[in-house]
Amino acid sequence: MVGARILLESLKRAGVEVIFGYPGGQVLPIFDQLYDFDIKFILTRHEQGAAHAADGYSRATGKVGVCLATSGPGATNLVTGIANAYMDSIPMVAITGQVGTHLIGNDAFQEADVTGITRPITKHNFLVKDVKDLARTIAEAFYIASSGRPGPVLIDIPLDIQRADTEFIWPEKVNLRSYKPTYSGHPGQIKKAARLISSARRPIIYAGGGIITSGGHLELKALAEKIQAPVTTTFMGLGGFCGTHKLFLGMLGMHGTAYANHAVMEADLIIAVGARFDDRVTGRLDNFAPDAKVIHIDIDPSSISKNVRVDIPIVGDAKNIIGELISQIKKLPDTVAWLKMIEGWRKKHPLTYKHNGSMIKPQYILEQLWKLTKGDAIICTEVGQSQMWACQWYKYLTPRTWISSGGLGTMGFGFPAAIGAKLGCPGKEVFNIAGDGSIQMNIQELATCVANKINVKVLIFNNGFLGMVRQWQELFYKKRYSYTPITSPDFVKLAQSYGAVGLRVSKKSEVIKALKKAMQIKNTVFVDFRIEPEENVWPMVPAGQAINKMIEGLA
Amino acid sequence: MRHTISLLVENKFGVLARIAGLFSARGYNIASLAVSETLDPTISYMTIVVEAQDEKILEQINKQLNKLIDVITVTDFTKKEHVDRELILLKIGYAVKDKQKLDELFKKYVGKIIQVKNDTAIVEAVGDQSQIGQLLEALSEFGIKELVRTGRLAITN
Repeated sequence: MVGARILLESLKRAGVEVIFGYPGGQVLPIFDQLYDFDIKFILTRHEQGAAHAADGYSRATGKVGVCLATSGPGATNLVTGIANAYMDSIPMVAITGQVGTHLIGNDAFQEADVTGITRPITKHNFLVKDVKDLARTIAEAFYIASSGRPGPVLIDIPLDIQRADTEFIWPEKVNLRSYKPTYSGHPGQIKKAARLISSARRPIIYAGGGIITSGGHLELKALAEKIQAPVTTTFMGLGGFCGTHKLFLGMLGMHGTAYANHAVMEADLIIAVGARFDDRVTGRLDNFAPDAKVIHIDIDPSSISKNVRVDIPIVGDAKNIIGELISQIKKLPDTVAWLKMIEGWRKKHPLTYKHNGSMIKPQYILEQLWKLTKGDAIICTEVGQSQMWACQWYKYLTPRTWISSGGLGTMGFGFPAAIGAKLGCPGKEVFNIAGDGSIQMNIQELATCVANKINVKVLIFNNGFLGMVRQWQELFYKKRYSYTPITSPDFVKLAQSYGAVGLRVSKKSEVIKALKKAMQIKNTVFVDFRIEPEENVWPMVPAGQAINKMIEGLA
Repeated sequence: MRHTISLLVENKFGVLARIAGLFSARGYNIASLAVSETLDPTISYMTIVVEAQDEKILEQINKQLNKLIDVITVTDFTKKEHVDRELILLKIGYAVKDKQKLDELFKKYVGKIIQVKNDTAIVEAVGDQSQIGQLLEALSEFGIKELVRTGRLAITN
């Protein structure tokens, strides 16, 4: 069997249902095989779109997303998407064509050292130099991508390897002597953690993306309810704890809720689960949660004690460990007074905004979207203000309903990710919350939607600015709006020209109607919401400040 | 502070680049690096010496090294008893009258003259960091024309 065929047969064995990609000179044998192979292929209009779509598919389904591109520019166009998946620990396999092995290193046409370029942004990568290694390499790539702390894996396949012939042998098991992720936590550490929890008076659970990855959301709920501890999640953890639960404080950090931030700062115990104390979460490090002991549960040992000192580290799978922990907690902490204190903060510093006549407030759109969908939808976002409002004003009830670029903060992610999510979950309504800036970064994927009848709803919060940068300029650069006012095409006409539907909404009173209409249309819809131009995201912790030193805006 | 780290790694292309990348990405210079096959030809042994001001960053590098798929084990010798050695080769100025002085020196240090050509001798020596340092100082009076070093090798005891 030729290498190109082995690749596809292997992908099938690995459970791949859909590939996102773009053809080119150095993947012609693969595309020739794809022509009549029984696997869905989605032709995006840019390789970056393919990478983000594979990422979005993965986030929505928990499966490994797959993207495919040619050598050189095809591969370098994947780079942002791979880096994005790496930062958020998303399992992905990226396959790139490479020039023939005899040409590698010769500056051949469309050659780039792709394994070199992607080395620091992949969990692992491979250059296949012998067709006999191909099937095993693919099996290893899927295993590495999806196990331990997941991440993207790239396989670079030279043209002659795609054409070379060998027997196809699919390895049923992968065994890597140098890679053995730890799943079960150390029993002694779990016991210690249980004792610490019993003696806490002001415990808080701080949960991150690890809850989603491990599928430990039910265990998390059971733990929080058992010990009656409030729960805050990171950006990546949204959906890992029910957004309407009375113990839920929303997201913490730079644009987190004031009550979540106050609670973390006043806590005497932080139970961190699958989170990494990112700088957007901790703010000023030396002043972060000064009274708190820290239990840190994470599958990645390098995440522990990286930013904050940890009293009880437990390396392993969050779902397993929380389950164990629950059974080990004998005496329950008394948190009645603590929860009362938190309710005080919640009342005193709620998330809020002010209406301004018939102007559309972005928060209002999200509130209405929540009312209409009741959380039964997948919300993807671009990056910036619209993204932060989507964190704050929509409630995520279950894992994998929130899909957004966290660590890398990639503008242009949301739209292709929405395509991936919709393909992974065709029964769900999928929205992309976008700004007028971000949507223009991968707007070409409208053609992908229309051509494949992928029905996603893009809600553009059009304020005529690169809003988040403008907000920083307003607050910290004396309102010198340097290159943040941005012009856009007529999004309604643009959508129409692609064969999608465009709607424009300029008044608050039209918002609900427009949302309902968009949801009824069986096509991709761009809704151009003309929102209040200089609305800000509040609260906000200025960079480098302690997280209880928030600017709360105009509430 | 100088740290000596040893690694057992898969003997494959690209592994060295992955490891070096973890240091360079943080702006850390590798002071010395020795790599060779072990008794098992599929495994290589690396000894890396690195200057690190920030212990926390070094701890992070160690953890990241452990995370690399091709890395089998990581040992930081900084807090471990170990034996280390380095081999050096030098070209020094030489005259017949120097022979006795050099022989004396090589009674104290492990080394020898390998070859003499005209007014130059090629000398080899083995020792730990301080021995090599002292020897280099002693040899400087002959005029060191060229020096190559293997970098440090280390093994636990």
